[in-house]
Amino acid sequence: MTDGPLVLGIESSCDETGVGIVRGRTLLANVVSSSMDEHVRFGGVIPEIASRAHLDAIVPTLREALDRAGVGLEDLDALAVTSGPGLAGALMVGVAAAKALAVAADKPLYAINHLVAHVSVGLLEDSGIEGFQGAFDDGLPGDLGALLVSGGHTEILAVEDLGRDVRLLGATIDDAAGEAYDKVARVLGLDYPGGPAIDAAARDGDPAAFRLPRGLSAGKYMGSAERPGPHRYDFSFSGLKTAVARVVEGYEARGEPVPVADVAASFQESVADVITRKAVLACTEQGLGTLLLGGGVAANSRLRELTAERCAEHGIELVIPRLPLCTDNGAMVAALAARVVAEGRAPSGLDFAADSSLPVTTVSV
Amino acid sequence: MLLLCLDSSAVASAALVTGAGEVLGSFASPDTRSHAEVLAPAVRDLLAGRGVAGGDLDGILVGTGPGPFTGLRAGIATARALAFAWDVPLHGLMSLEALAQDAAGHARAAGHEEFLVLTDARRKEVYWARFALAEDGPRPAGGPGVAAAEQLPALPAYGRGAGIYADRLARPVPEFAAAQPTASSLGLAAARRTARGEALSPDTTPLYLRESDAKVPGPRKRAGA
Repeated sequence: MTDGPLVLGIESSCDETGVGIVRGRTLLANVVSSSMDEHVRFGGVIPEIASRAHLDAIVPTLREALDRAGVGLEDLDALAVTSGPGLAGALMVGVAAAKALAVAADKPLYAINHLVAHVSVGLLEDSGIEGFQGAFDDGLPGDLGALLVSGGHTEILAVEDLGRDVRLLGATIDDAAGEAYDKVARVLGLDYPGGPAIDAAARDGDPAAFRLPRGLSAGKYMGSAERPGPHRYDFSFSGLKTAVARVVEGYEARGEPVPVADVAASFQESVADVITRKAVLACTEQGLGTLLLGGGVAANSRLRELTAERCAEHGIELVIPRLPLCTDNGAMVAALAARVVAEGRAPSGLDFAADSSLPVTTVSV
Repeated sequence: MLLLCLDSSAVASAALVTGAGEVLGSFASPDTRSHAEVLAPAVRDLLAGRGVAGGDLDGILVGTGPGPFTGLRAGIATARALAFAWDVPLHGLMSLEALAQDAAGHARAAGHEEFLVLTDARRKEVYWARFALAEDGPRPAGGPGVAAAEQLPALPAYGRGAGIYADRLARPVPEFAAAQPTASSLGLAAARRTARGEALSPDTTPLYLRESDAKVPGPRKRAGA
């Protein structure tokens, strides 16, 4: 148990309603209610359905988190909520509830950046998965990078100071990696969510069976370290998705069975290859000696394996939080707010708005 | 009996209303697009202004719509969270009851036995409800629903929905062409209900009346098939 502020964090930026409670760097509760099952038949997250689910889940999730942590609202030092980036309607539910709690319990409220919160789970004690633990236990490294990969995000961040100085080095210019997984799963007739389905199918496949494109890897986008191109650390997955569709259509046109395992493995290899290549490049060029892998796609076996392999090759220490802390959750919001509170920063007040495109440079509103 | 009333089916509004039908304080936002920003500060200021603590309340009443989804949810999420935190009873009432409450005096003076209240449902439609005027005020007589204005019966029509589509309605009431549901009128409608011995509903399920626009994707087109 660490000392530090007792903070409750609320997350509702996508399809997960999360409430987490931390004391300093100690996780006391992390309760998540997901509406994923309701999105299955659509093959992707439907914002309005997610928002409706948040409204019904928020109070039960809150109650359960307080029960598990064994604390009452009156015991808290502060409340925190994701105010962006994310789905506007979904964010609004968490923000409205958090403000109401702040009024009711007369507690300071911190509006927190979702992406920076993903990085902050590394602050929590025993947060790393086996084999990747410990980098943050001696305090945050000053040369920290983060690779966030999920259904809504694909970003590389440079984290100079978690509480106040975070830079976006690169991001997807179209689909998020997880979104590409969902779309390709659909093309291959696999289940939603696509990540686990493709990961499983790929196990029996040949990752070199098809040479699929690595988005934004051409020289005109990459440039050189001295003269970086316009998208040196950026990602694009829509071309890859189309390339997979063409392969599948080719087989169908010839009346041949689609080699699902080989296509899945080749697609997964392309995603993992381009993501890890660019992340490691960014770390090397920007002097980032530690990389935190976060977001739901951190569960992907090939992405983890290749990130570990390439980080090791380049002497970069890799931190991978436990999966319940990688996917969207309220604990990460609480963890970041606890640090912001400990730094003595002013709360956000009650007037702030949810901001669906909140930039990472705004750690706390 | 003291109720904190909230409604975000059109504008964001909050009010403290007594069981005797006295409005002790009220707030209404000038626009319909800032609910999640303004509602909580309004509640804080309202209570502070009257020296009321959350635990002093006998309940929280929230308008359950119909109304545009995102704004509607902001009010209901606020009400649910407040009721949880203060551990006070939570009640829901259809938001159009607030408009009917406001329209009743005019309707009675004009001799209308039945009337409609309409709000803006966007997409060239209105949210509507039909009320019959009883001795003690309006009582629900149909709806709520969502429809194009021209599909509604030829009754006097009150509210902003009637103002926007006046040219498509048989009997729009011009004096109420800008009227929106407010928390204070919702509270008065609730007070009238309890005065005639009706319990307030604990149900705060939003009246969306429309599904999400999402379509289940059909089978993928197959090449060369």
